[in-house]
Amino acid sequence: MKFLVSVVLIVLLAFLIQLFLPWWSLAIVAFLVGILIYQRAGMAFLSGFTALFLLWGGIAFFINIQNQDILARKVALLLPLGGSSILLILVTALVGALVAGMASLSGHYLRKSRKLS
Amino acid sequence: MRILPFVVSALITLLLILLLNNKWGSVPPVARFLSPQQGFWQNAEAVDHDFTEDLQFESLKGSSDVYLDERLVPHIFAEHDEDAYFIQGYLHAKFRLWQMEFQTLAAAGRISEKMGNDPRYVAFDKEQRRSGMVWAAENALIEIEKDPETKASCDAYTAGINAYINTLTINNLPFEYKLLDYEPEAWSNLKIALFLKQMSKTLSGNDDDLENTATKNGFSFKELMYLNPQVPDSLQPIIPSGTLFATAGILPQKPADAESVYFNETDSLQLTQVSKPDPNNGSNNWVVAGSKTKTGAPILANDPHLELSFPSIWYEMQITTPNINAYGVSFPGSPNIIVGFNDSIAWGVTNSQRDVRDYYKVEFKDETQMMYRFNEQWVPTQLVVEEIKTKNGSSVFDTVPYTIFGPVMFDHRHSDKLKFYEGIALRWTAHDPSNEARTFYDLNRAKNYSDYENAIQSFTCPAQNFVFASKSGDIAIWQQGRFPARWYGQGTYIMPGSDSSYMWQGFIPQVENPHAINPEQGFLQSANQRPVDSAYPYFIPGNYIVPRGVSIHQKLSVMQQVTVEDMMKLQNDYHSVFAASVIPLLLKNVQEKDLEPDAQRYLAIIKQWDFNTVPGATAPTIYQSWFDSLESLIWTDEFNYASSELKFPDEQTLFEYLVSDSAFRYIDDINTTEIETLPLMITRALNKASKILKTKEEKGIMEWTKHKNPTIYHLLRTALMPFSQQVAVGGWSNVINATTTSHGPSWRMIVHLDHETEAYGVYPGGQHGNPGSRFYNSFVDTWAMGKYYTLFFMKKLDVGDDRIKWKMNFNPAV
Repeated sequence: MKFLVSVVLIVLLAFLIQLFLPWWSLAIVAFLVGILIYQRAGMAFLSGFTALFLLWGGIAFFINIQNQDILARKVALLLPLGGSSILLILVTALVGALVAGMASLSGHYLRKSRKLS
Repeated sequence: MRILPFVVSALITLLLILLLNNKWGSVPPVARFLSPQQGFWQNAEAVDHDFTEDLQFESLKGSSDVYLDERLVPHIFAEHDEDAYFIQGYLHAKFRLWQMEFQTLAAAGRISEKMGNDPRYVAFDKEQRRSGMVWAAENALIEIEKDPETKASCDAYTAGINAYINTLTINNLPFEYKLLDYEPEAWSNLKIALFLKQMSKTLSGNDDDLENTATKNGFSFKELMYLNPQVPDSLQPIIPSGTLFATAGILPQKPADAESVYFNETDSLQLTQVSKPDPNNGSNNWVVAGSKTKTGAPILANDPHLELSFPSIWYEMQITTPNINAYGVSFPGSPNIIVGFNDSIAWGVTNSQRDVRDYYKVEFKDETQMMYRFNEQWVPTQLVVEEIKTKNGSSVFDTVPYTIFGPVMFDHRHSDKLKFYEGIALRWTAHDPSNEARTFYDLNRAKNYSDYENAIQSFTCPAQNFVFASKSGDIAIWQQGRFPARWYGQGTYIMPGSDSSYMWQGFIPQVENPHAINPEQGFLQSANQRPVDSAYPYFIPGNYIVPRGVSIHQKLSVMQQVTVEDMMKLQNDYHSVFAASVIPLLLKNVQEKDLEPDAQRYLAIIKQWDFNTVPGATAPTIYQSWFDSLESLIWTDEFNYASSELKFPDEQTLFEYLVSDSAFRYIDDINTTEIETLPLMITRALNKASKILKTKEEKGIMEWTKHKNPTIYHLLRTALMPFSQQVAVGGWSNVINATTTSHGPSWRMIVHLDHETEAYGVYPGGQHGNPGSRFYNSFVDTWAMGKYYTLFFMKKLDVGDDRIKWKMNFNPAV
C-alpha cells in the first residue's frame, strides 16, 4: 500500500513540478516522498524508480504515438540506438527512474538516520 | 555514523544530476535532452497538430489573418505593410529560428561560440572576420536604415522575430538548441544585413585570384588567358549574340609598370581560403514571350541552384496588404519575397558569376602592422581587434588591419609563405554601402517593366541576372550589380598594394550592365554563362558555366506554342549537351584494340547512350569517370608543381581545344620522353577509369544516382546524418537539372502570366524547420520526381477553400 501511494504521489508531484521547474526538480519530489513515506530501503528506491519510469516512459510513449515515430527514429539513430524508438523510450524512462530512485533512497536514509539518532 | 548511507546516496544522486544535466563533449545534456516534459520529446509534433492560434502583440497596428494551407504555406492578409513584415518575421522565427540564427552567426564568424573550441571552427570564424563580413553588414545596415521604408520594414520584421523569441520557454526551444545546448539571442536589423552578406559570400565569394597567383611561376599571363578564354566558342550569352553595345563610358588605364611589376612577376604565392563557396552555386532562369506560348501570355521559369539542406534556405509564403500581393519564396532571415510573382509581374534570379573580389599585397612598416606603404608614404592602418568567443568560455583574439582596399585577410600568421611585413588585403564589392533589401521591397510592389527597372538599381552584390515578365506582355533580363571597370588582366592575380594606380578606377555605369527587353527571338535565358559576346567593351572575368545556357537556348529556340508542361519538362531535363559533344570526340579517338576487356565492355555501354543523365543509367557514370580521368591525365603534369591544389581549366575549354586542335600541346605528358597523342591519352583514360568503375560495379554503385549519391543534408552536415535524406535524382552541374551530390535546384518555379496567374513550384525540403514535424521534408519526394505543386495564390474571397487548414489571428494587444 505504502509503495503504491509513494509511486502515485511521486508521479503526480513530479509531473506538476516539472511544469514549472527544470527536470531535476523530480529528484526533490522523490526525495521528499522518501522522507514522508517510510518504507524499506529497497522499496523506497523502487517507488522512485517505478514512478519516474512510468511517468517519463509513459509521456515519451504517448508523444511518440502522436508523432508517429518521426523524431524518435532519427534521434535513436543519432544517439545511437539503432533507430529503435522503443529503445529510446526505455532509455528515457531509465534515466528519470535512476535519478528518482536514488533521490527517494536518499530521503529514506535521511529519515532513518534521524529516527535512530 | 548513521548519517553515512544518506550522505553516500545523496552524493550519488547529486552526481547523477550533475552528470545528466551537462553537455560532455558532443554528448548533449542527457537528462535535459531526454526529459519528455522539457527535452527533445517536446519537439515531436503530433502529426495532427493544430496550428490555429490567436495572438496579440503591442506593436501591431491592426488585425491581420494568416491562413495556413495544407502544405503549411502561410497566406498573410494584413491591413498595414508593417504588420505584414512583423508577421513574416514571426513566422520565419516560428518555423525556422534555429536555421536563421545559425546562418547569421556563421556570417559573423561566431560558430566557435556555439559549437565548441574546435580549431576548424576557430579558423572558419577568423576567416569570416578577416574577410570583413561584419564590417560589410554594418555598412549595409547604415544604408538600410537611411531609407525610411526599408528601415520600417526591417524594424517590423525584427520585432516579429523577437516577439516569437519572447514566447520561447525551455520546453518549446527548437530541437537544435536542445541538442547543442544553447539559447537564441535577440534578433536585430544587423542580423538581416549579415544574412544578406552571407548570400553575397555564397554567390560572389568564388574568385580565382589566389589560385591564379599560385600558377604564376608555371604559366605566363598569356598562357593563363589561353587556358581560360574569355569568350568560349560554344557560348550562348544571356544577351542575344549580335546585340550592339554602347561605347564604354569609362576607360580604365593600365598602370605604366604593369608588365614588369604585375604580369611578369614570377613570385607565385600559395594561399588557400578556409571556406570557399561551392563553384556550382548557380541557377537557371528563362522567360518565354507571349509570341511563343500557346496562350499568348508570357511564362517565366527559375530554379536557383544552391546547397540542398534541411531546413531549406527557402520558405514559401504569400504576403497581401493594400500595397502588396506577392507570392513566392522568402529567405528566413530577411523580409519580402525573394523569388516570386505578384498581381502584375513575375521575377527570378540566377547568379552572375562575375568576379567582384580582388586582392592587394601590402607592405607593413613593421610587425605592429600599424603602417603600410602606399604611394611612397607610410599610412596608418586601422587595427580592429576581433574577439572570437568559444563555447568553453575562453576567447581567441585576432587583430585585423584595415587598409584603403579593405581588411587584410592573410598575413604571416596564416601562411608561412608571407613574411612578417606582408599582408594580403581584400577588395570586395560586398563591403561597399548598398541596400539590397530595397530591391526586393520594390519588386514585391512592382507593376510593370519600369518599376522592375527601378527596383533593381540599388542591387550591388551579389550581382544577379534578374529575369522579368509582366502581364502586359513584356519580358526582360538585367544582369544587375556593381562591377569594377577593369583594364585587361586587372585582378587576375594578387595586385601590388603600394600604388594607387592598381586600385579600381571606377565602376561600369549601371545603364551599361548587360540587359535585354522583348528580343526578337521571343525568349531570354540565363544559366551562369558569360552574359555577353565579345562585343561587350569591358574585361569581365568570372566563374562562368557554358553548357546549361547552350541547352536551354537550343531547346527554347525550336519550341513553339509553349505550355507550362513544356517548361516543367525543361527544368527537369536530364540531357547532357556537353556529353553529347564530347562523346563523339572520345569515340573517334579511342583505340579499341588497346582497351582492356572491362574497358571494352564499358565502351559498348557508352556507344548505346542517349546522353540523358537519368538516375538508373550506368553510362553517365562511365562517361564521367572517363572524362575526369582524361582531364587528370592531360592537366596533372602541368599543374602538379604547386603544393596547393590548383584548379584545372574548365572542361568546356579543354573540349574546345581538343576538337579544334588534336595536337593541343598540353596533351603530352611532360614527365615522359615519349610524345603522348590524343588517341593514346583517351584510350589510357578509359583503361584507368575502368579500374575504378570495376570496383564500383562490384559494390553495386554503378548506377548514376548511386555513384553521385545526391543527399540533402541537415545544415550541420555529417554531424546529423539521421536528419539527412538521400534522393534518387539524375542530372549534373552542366545539365539543366543541375542536381549534383548535395547541390542543385533549391526551388523550381514556373509562372504563367495569363489573365489569372497560374503558378507552380516545389523545393526539396518542407515548411517546418523542426525535424520532429511531418512538414520537415514533406516536399522532397515531389521534388525528386520532378513534380510540382500548384501554387495557391489566395484571394481574400477564398477563406472557405478546402486547402486552408489553419488560421492564425494577429491582433494589437489591448
